[in-house]
Amino acid sequence: MYPEDLHYTKQHEWVRLSDGAGVVGITDYAQKELGDIVYVDLPRVGTALVQGKVMGSVESVKAVSDIYAPVSGEVIEINDALSTAPEKLNESPHGDGWLVKIRLSAPDEISGLLSAGDYQKYVAEEETGH
Amino acid sequence: MTQPTPRLKATALHSVHRRMGAKMVDFGGWDMPLQYSGILEEHRAVRANVGIFDVSHMGEIEIHGPDAGALTDYVTTNAVAKLEIGQAQYAGLLYEHGGFVDDILVHKIAGDRYLLCVNASNQEKDYRHIAGANRFQAKVDFASDRYSQLAIQGPRALETLQKLTTAGLAAVGYYHFIDGVIAGTRALIARTGYTGEDGFEIYFAPEQSERVWNQILDAGQEFGIKPCGLGARNTLRLEAGMALYGHEIHAAITPFEAGLGWIVKLDKGDFIGRAALVRQKEQGVTRRLIGFEMTGRGIGRDDYEVFLAAEPGRDGSPAGWVSSGGPSPTLNKNIGMCYLPTLHSKPGQRIQVIVRNQPVDAVTISAPFYKRIK
Repeated sequence: MYPEDLHYTKQHEWVRLSDGAGVVGITDYAQKELGDIVYVDLPRVGTALVQGKVMGSVESVKAVSDIYAPVSGEVIEINDALSTAPEKLNESPHGDGWLVKIRLSAPDEISGLLSAGDYQKYVAEEETGH
Repeated sequence: MTQPTPRLKATALHSVHRRMGAKMVDFGGWDMPLQYSGILEEHRAVRANVGIFDVSHMGEIEIHGPDAGALTDYVTTNAVAKLEIGQAQYAGLLYEHGGFVDDILVHKIAGDRYLLCVNASNQEKDYRHIAGANRFQAKVDFASDRYSQLAIQGPRALETLQKLTTAGLAAVGYYHFIDGVIAGTRALIARTGYTGEDGFEIYFAPEQSERVWNQILDAGQEFGIKPCGLGARNTLRLEAGMALYGHEIHAAITPFEAGLGWIVKLDKGDFIGRAALVRQKEQGVTRRLIGFEMTGRGIGRDDYEVFLAAEPGRDGSPAGWVSSGGPSPTLNKNIGMCYLPTLHSKPGQRIQVIVRNQPVDAVTISAPFYKRIK
């Protein structure tokens, strides 16, 4: 369900590392909770993101949700396809529905994120109630 | 998802919704389905084919007795006296100051019997309001527990329901109703709705809910019927430009401000709120509801501030606010309704909606945004 090569946050974002860059997205749990996504607001290329701070937002038919930067770094690419096809976030949250690519400024932050197994457990608790 | 807390109320179909995998939401104290398969898919099913909604959270109040008509007329804005038996009417229930207690549907069941369908979260308040105004020979009866209500909406709604009743549904006019039998259950079958489509709202004993629900789903299967939640109900009514209590209308808003002058009959005789409305009509309203569509990138949502585009800077206070806003699945635009000063509340006014601290361009247009082809 949740790919092993991603690192997860409790705010339901993920990071995939490749060649020193990090690809960021939201999780399958997040897209399901949001429902049909109709609008994605992403930071511009060059924006410096700070871990845990708002980096953008996604809007479903029903509501707006903030997206928090899972790690710090500079935005080097954004997923332009989402501006015309935001539904990719619902269809492929861990793949084609990625949000931004960033150059990590504090790679150590990755070690503080959740593994797929831990995130799965966390989500299971969310689903069964507090 | 979190489990419902014990204080949340549930309809007779609550366990069915959960079993069918609906995403539930606390709606004014009721644990109700927000969506089943997805708001967009449900919305499109209603526009193209047919959808079914459990709206049993809505309240029912019965008024009966020799003066039932007189009391109903006195507490509502519309002309109850003009109703025929078997006819329904949209009306406002107002305070003396002219603001809304609620918006309701009045059904004339008999000369001495009326059924009011009222908003879920207002039902106790409405009952107290009406009972408190009862200086007539009429009895006000809180009847919500005696009814389940289902809405079957969409161009195939008639065909769907017709399979389950011998009553001729095509002969039931818009805003009319009959006493019939659906799926073996006695029901009030009204040609009303809150989606902008043709359709029916049926009222019947809660004990039969699961059977009626299932039979309608079976009957509509060949037309692609979808169970729908409150999410689609909201996007559908917004496209149709219909008011939602707590958004377009509430205690501080009058029918004239909400563009609902057509449900106010000042010449019908006295009713609660009439004096205030007469005064407001003489003086003119200072603000008025108008539709808008976003022209810039962004979605104007409920309670967002609205500025006039011509205003230099945004140092001043906003000109108005968004009462309801969101994406329109049918039009593929972001639409909404907002309150603006009367002078500017006309189509073509350039405005800016403050979306998360950023002004985003929009322009006012007349609602409804969507009208079905009849």
